[in-house]
Amino acid sequence: MSSELGRKFASAAFIVGLFLLWEILCIAFHVSDVILPRPSQVFVTLWQRAPALWPHTLQTLYTTLVGFALGVVIGVFIGVIIGWSKLAYDVAYPLLIGFSSVPKVAVVPILVLYLGSGTVPAIITALITCLFPVVVNVATGLATTEPELEDVMKALKATKFDILWNVGLPRTMPYFFASLKVAITLAFVGSVISETVASNRGIGTLMMIASANFDVPLVFAGVFILAALGVALYAIFSLVEGRVTGWAHRKTEFAMGA
Amino acid sequence: MNDDDFVRLENVAVTYGRDAAHSVAALDDTSLRIGRGDFIALVGPSGCGKSTILKLVGGLIPATRGYVYVAGRELGAEPVRIGVAFQNPTLLPWLRIRDNVMLPLKIVPPFRADYRAKKNSEFRDRADALLAQVGLAGFGDKYPWQLSGGMMQRASLCRALIHDPQLLLLDEPFGALDQFTREELWAIMQELWIARKPTVILVTHDLREAGYLANRIAVMRARPGRIIDDSVVPFARPRTMNMIYDPAFVTLTQRLRELIVEVRGDNVPRTRATTEAAA
Repeated sequence: MSSELGRKFASAAFIVGLFLLWEILCIAFHVSDVILPRPSQVFVTLWQRAPALWPHTLQTLYTTLVGFALGVVIGVFIGVIIGWSKLAYDVAYPLLIGFSSVPKVAVVPILVLYLGSGTVPAIITALITCLFPVVVNVATGLATTEPELEDVMKALKATKFDILWNVGLPRTMPYFFASLKVAITLAFVGSVISETVASNRGIGTLMMIASANFDVPLVFAGVFILAALGVALYAIFSLVEGRVTGWAHRKTEFAMGA
Repeated sequence: MNDDDFVRLENVAVTYGRDAAHSVAALDDTSLRIGRGDFIALVGPSGCGKSTILKLVGGLIPATRGYVYVAGRELGAEPVRIGVAFQNPTLLPWLRIRDNVMLPLKIVPPFRADYRAKKNSEFRDRADALLAQVGLAGFGDKYPWQLSGGMMQRASLCRALIHDPQLLLLDEPFGALDQFTREELWAIMQELWIARKPTVILVTHDLREAGYLANRIAVMRARPGRIIDDSVVPFARPRTMNMIYDPAFVTLTQRLRELIVEVRGDNVPRTRATTEAAA
């Protein structure tokens, strides 16, 4: 236990140390805050401009979470279908790969064309950015179910749905949760991209305006906010993952019924 | 047909592979009758179609030719309760041992209908009683990865038996265990069979295991898979480990061993035989 505490402490110290180094280097080399603001300046900006930053933060969080939620629901649906049916897999997979290879920035102007600017394209961009990791992971989890496990179920005359419900889906949970951690960070990327291109609200918009005004500390404040939100959501899903799929990592806390 | 036949294979052939050029005859023109409550062991070299027979009877694969009857009807016509155990324990890692054992009750009628109502009372007690019988009392709340290989295999046997199957299909369930665990499980298996009398088909490589457990031993050969010998094991039950050193038992296993060595020699191409010997 003490070694785990030690590791956490080392990790925190590393982050603080990095900020300190940044601060010191900026002072030592007289770096202008238009080029690279010091962390202390960024934190001061965060504090002083909080009333202005808050609505933008909420907007980005809102579009990200809605896009993420929709992406996960749709992703699981598609993933289950193509993971379960060999035919659907063969038919849909090449198309999915092609679609996921398209840079999402390239899609935003099209979305703006159809949906106008603002909240809706941000949500949709977040959705399509975070969709594919979920689809691929869920499909992989289902498709790699051990044939012997299925044989046990088939010998019991289990229906296809029985097998999916009792074996396929539980077995896919570790893959699913691993994909959620990737998907939530990608959803942020999608949201912010859309906000920088076409919106009048959100952290992305704020950063674009701030950079046009050479308000570099504010740009960095936006980056800090995005990083904090990303880390927080990643941590939440990590925690849920440990609770739900502890069996896959052989966690003793899981076995204790935590 | 004889009413006592619980399982009957009539001129069954199974061919794997999509077209004639790549097809493998796993089983060729095989007929086999197994009486209700009988315990038969299938032995033979690798690739002789032992597991294929098991999969056929379990309804996991269809016969390419011929007929498979279970419980007097063509396969699938009659709902037969089947229990299976494989060489790997194949327990579901996200379920506690007790829930793993109760899995068939969740799937198989008539238990299925009552599963929600009884899973915390009657079914739970039933699983615990069975676990206690195989020496796993108190392990119901553990997860599979917290158990040793032998313990997982015991749990797997419990899962195969929890729903009182009329037919038990065992595919080398003791193959991966150490000698002493294996012998202990033979004794447990025999007890369970005597108490419940399901019809059992056991696939094994171990002739002593076949002799200890089964009423009948069918010897198979490969390419094409066929049954070449069907002997009755005449020893009284309950059998003990001492029986294995009985001269009559040794004679029986010796004869079966020679049969298998002989058909194995026939079928193994010279080059491969040399490579295997070298390995």
